[in-house]
Amino acid sequence: MQINTTINDHRIAKLAAFAIALHMLEAVIPSPLPGVKPGIANIVTLYVLFKYDFSSAAWVSMLRVFASSLLLGQFLSPTFILSLAGALLSLCVLWLSMHLPRKYFGAVSLSILAAFAHIAGQLMIVRLWLIPHASVAYLIPIFALAALFFGVINGLITHQLLNNNLETKLENKTDSASSTAT
Amino acid sequence: MLAGDWLIVIASSVLVIFLFQHLWSHEHATTVQIRLDDTVYGTYSLNQQRDIHVNGTLGKATISIINGKARFSQSPCHNQYCVHQGWLSRSGQAAICLPNQLSLELIGETKHYDSLNY
Repeated sequence: MQINTTINDHRIAKLAAFAIALHMLEAVIPSPLPGVKPGIANIVTLYVLFKYDFSSAAWVSMLRVFASSLLLGQFLSPTFILSLAGALLSLCVLWLSMHLPRKYFGAVSLSILAAFAHIAGQLMIVRLWLIPHASVAYLIPIFALAALFFGVINGLITHQLLNNNLETKLENKTDSASSTAT
Repeated sequence: MLAGDWLIVIASSVLVIFLFQHLWSHEHATTVQIRLDDTVYGTYSLNQQRDIHVNGTLGKATISIINGKARFSQSPCHNQYCVHQGWLSRSGQAAICLPNQLSLELIGETKHYDSLNY
């Protein structure tokens, strides 16, 4: 069976693999509170959104959510549903906020908005499905604070990566690696 | 960081502070309202030491009040979630026993956003 792939597909696959690796890395870092995570894989989503377009970013994000959950053995578990809800809502918000004037709103803005959307999506699932109880409200400020903090950090990292042209360096590296392999 | 980035950072900081203030109110409650099914069974001051026995759908439950706190101390329900919730002291806190159709809600001087009836 032959699937015809384009350069774009390869690029998405490469970037998604990178996002999955970051997601795996994060999965082994212990978290003080379940749910409070840096979300470093979102750096890749943001990077792709700025560098390429929204559909590439959506592909990378969705591939990351599905593949990571398969790798961690969480596919279709509540963790996966939470991850999916967060990713979907933050993609929606990214789609809306990418129309903001680029002159004033950079990676940091989008990162913060996406981080808030991420926890909002997750908390909605928690409230509606997992813990249908008002006590969840006590956790909202903590999640919001974490979203703001990591949103700023991830945004700054993305900003730096975009300026450094990281991907061309990576491509050169993988090109030289594949040429030595052959 | 661009101008808009700072705007977003400031706006979300304000939001976070607002959330902390609004959702982490430490106002102490003054009364506890006990509901049976969907009617108010009674409202009691927290400024007393007392055990209240209420006949719920399943049977008799005990609600204890001591020094500004209230809790389910005994309940005939199967899962005992209400008892495990422990002491409640802040305004707006609630303990609900669905099997027995009983609930406690703590009320302060100013009534907060009502999560039970909302």
